[in-house]
Amino acid sequence: MTPAIRIDSVTKHYGAFQALAGVSLEVAQGEFFGLLGPNGAGKTTLISSLAGLTRPSSGTLEVMGHDVVTDYRRARMKFGVVPQELVFDPFFSVRELLRIQSGYFGIARNEEWIDEVLDNLDLLPKANANMRTLSGGMKRRVLVAQALVHRPPVIVLDEPTAGVDVELRQGLWQFIRKLNRDGHTIVLTTHYLEEAETLCGRIAMLKAGKIVALDSTRALLKQFASHSLRVRVTDADAALAVGGVIEDGSWVTFGFDAYADVEQLLARLREAGAGVEEIQIGEPDLERVFVEVMNRA
Amino acid sequence: MPDRESERFSPWIGFRTLFYKEVLRFWKVGFQTVAAPVLNAVLFLLIFSHVLDRHVTVYGDISYTTFLVPGLIMMSLLQNAFANSSSSLIQSKITGNIIFVLLPPISYREFFTAYVTASVLRGLMVGVGVWLVAAPFVDLPMAYPLWVLMFAVLGGAILGSFGVIAGIWADKFDQLSAFQNFLIMPLTMLSGVFYSIHSLPGLWQSISHVNPFFFMIDGFRYGFFGQSDVSPWLSLAVVGACFVLLSALTLSMLARGYKLRN
Repeated sequence: MTPAIRIDSVTKHYGAFQALAGVSLEVAQGEFFGLLGPNGAGKTTLISSLAGLTRPSSGTLEVMGHDVVTDYRRARMKFGVVPQELVFDPFFSVRELLRIQSGYFGIARNEEWIDEVLDNLDLLPKANANMRTLSGGMKRRVLVAQALVHRPPVIVLDEPTAGVDVELRQGLWQFIRKLNRDGHTIVLTTHYLEEAETLCGRIAMLKAGKIVALDSTRALLKQFASHSLRVRVTDADAALAVGGVIEDGSWVTFGFDAYADVEQLLARLREAGAGVEEIQIGEPDLERVFVEVMNRA
Repeated sequence: MPDRESERFSPWIGFRTLFYKEVLRFWKVGFQTVAAPVLNAVLFLLIFSHVLDRHVTVYGDISYTTFLVPGLIMMSLLQNAFANSSSSLIQSKITGNIIFVLLPPISYREFFTAYVTASVLRGLMVGVGVWLVAAPFVDLPMAYPLWVLMFAVLGGAILGSFGVIAGIWADKFDQLSAFQNFLIMPLTMLSGVFYSIHSLPGLWQSISHVNPFFFMIDGFRYGFFGQSDVSPWLSLAVVGACFVLLSALTLSMLARGYKLRN
C-alpha cells in the first residue's frame, strides 16, 4: 500500500543554518504518528515542506504517492494542516471562512460537511460569529475545521493543544481519534509528551534536523525507559550505597526493568540498614524516553 | 475511504473563490475602499474646477473641468487597484493568514489572476463612482468607449500586478506606504491628470514621456475626447508592454515562491 507520507533524504538550509539534515521517513496509511523534538529541531520545517510552504534544498517528499513539488495539486488535496500559530482572517465569519477554504480546494458546495465539522468541534453556535470575537480556544478549533474542509486523508496537527483548556483538549482528541478510526492518517507534533504517548502508535524524534529515534511508542518505552521504584527510607545515605538517587530528603529512586528486581532491591536496602517506610512504583513514560534520547543524540 | 473528496479538484473554483474572497474583503470595508477614494477625487474636482475652469481651456474648446474628470477617474482607479492587492497581501503576510491561500492546490497563475482581477474590479468601481458623482455637473463626451474600457482595464491590471509585487516584497506597512507615497502618488500626479503636457516646458514634456502613467491617462482621455497629447496607439503600445513586463515579473516571483514559500 502506498505510504501516507514518504520523506526521502530531505535537507533544508537557511544560509549557513541547516534546519533539516537528510531526513528519511515513512508513515503508513491509517497511522497515528508522533513527531517530537525540542524547539528548533526541524519539526515545523518538515511539516512546512510537506505542505509546500517551504521548499526543501534537496530530497523528495510525497503525500499519498504524490510528489509535493511536481504533483503539488494532488498532494495538497490529500493533506490538511493545523498550523501552530493562531492565525485567522479578521474580515470573515467562521462559516464564511470554511466556505472560502472549501472553494480554495475546488469544492463549491460543502455545507453538509462544514456543518458536521462545526458540530463535532462544538462550533455551530459560533458559525456566524466574526473570527475577531472568538476566544483563543475557539480560534484553535476553527483552525482544525479549516484543515478538514476538504476531507484530507492525511492530517498534520502542529502543536494543536498549545494554550487550549482541558475540556477543549479532550473534545479535540476525541474528534481526532474518530477521524483516525475512520481511516485518516494523523501526524502530531506536541510538547505534551503524555498526549503523544497516549495517542501515537509510532514516534519519530528529531534533534538538530536529524531523526534520532524512530520506533513504535511501546518499543521506545521498552528500549529507553525503565520502571522506577521510589522509596522513603529511614537512612538515605545508607540507601545510596545500594545505587539509588536521592530526590528530596528521605526519598530515594531506583530504576528497574522487571518486577522481580523489586524484591532484590528491597532486600539490599534492608541489608544496608535503610528501613523502608513507603514505596511508590512508577511506569516508564515518554518524557523519560525523550530526555534519554536527546541526551544520547 | 477518507479521501473520496480529495480526488477531485477544480482549478476554476479555486480561482473563483480567491477572487470572490478578495472582492468580499474590500467590499466589507466599502466606505474605506470605494466611497472614500470617490470623495477624494470629487474634492479635487471641486477645488481645481473652481480655481481654473474660467481661466483654462484644453484641446481647443474643452473646459478645464471636463478635461480634468477623465484624469481624476483614471488616477483614482490606478491608485485603488494598487492599494487593493498590496494591502491585502501585506495584511495576510503580517497576520500570518496567507498560509490559507498557500496550502490549497491553487497555482501561482490562478493566484496572480485572482489578485489582479479583484484589483481591477475595485479600481473600476472607484472609477465609475467618480464618474457617476461628476456626471450631473460635467457634460463628459465619450468618443471611443472601447478605448476607455481598454485603458481602464489595462491600467488597473498594471497597478494590481504592481501591488502584488509590492505586497510580496514589503515586510512591513511602512515599506508599502513608501511605494505608495514616493512612487505611485508622484507618478500619477505628474502624469498629466491636472494638465495637458503641451502646457509644460520642453524638458518636462520629455520627462513626462518616460512616465508610464502619462500614457495610461492620455490613452484613457483619448477615449473620451478623441484627442490626446500623443498618439493613442503609442499609449496602447507602452501600456501593453508595461502590462506584459510587470505580469511576467510578478509571475516569476510567484513561481519561485519569493518571500512566500521559503
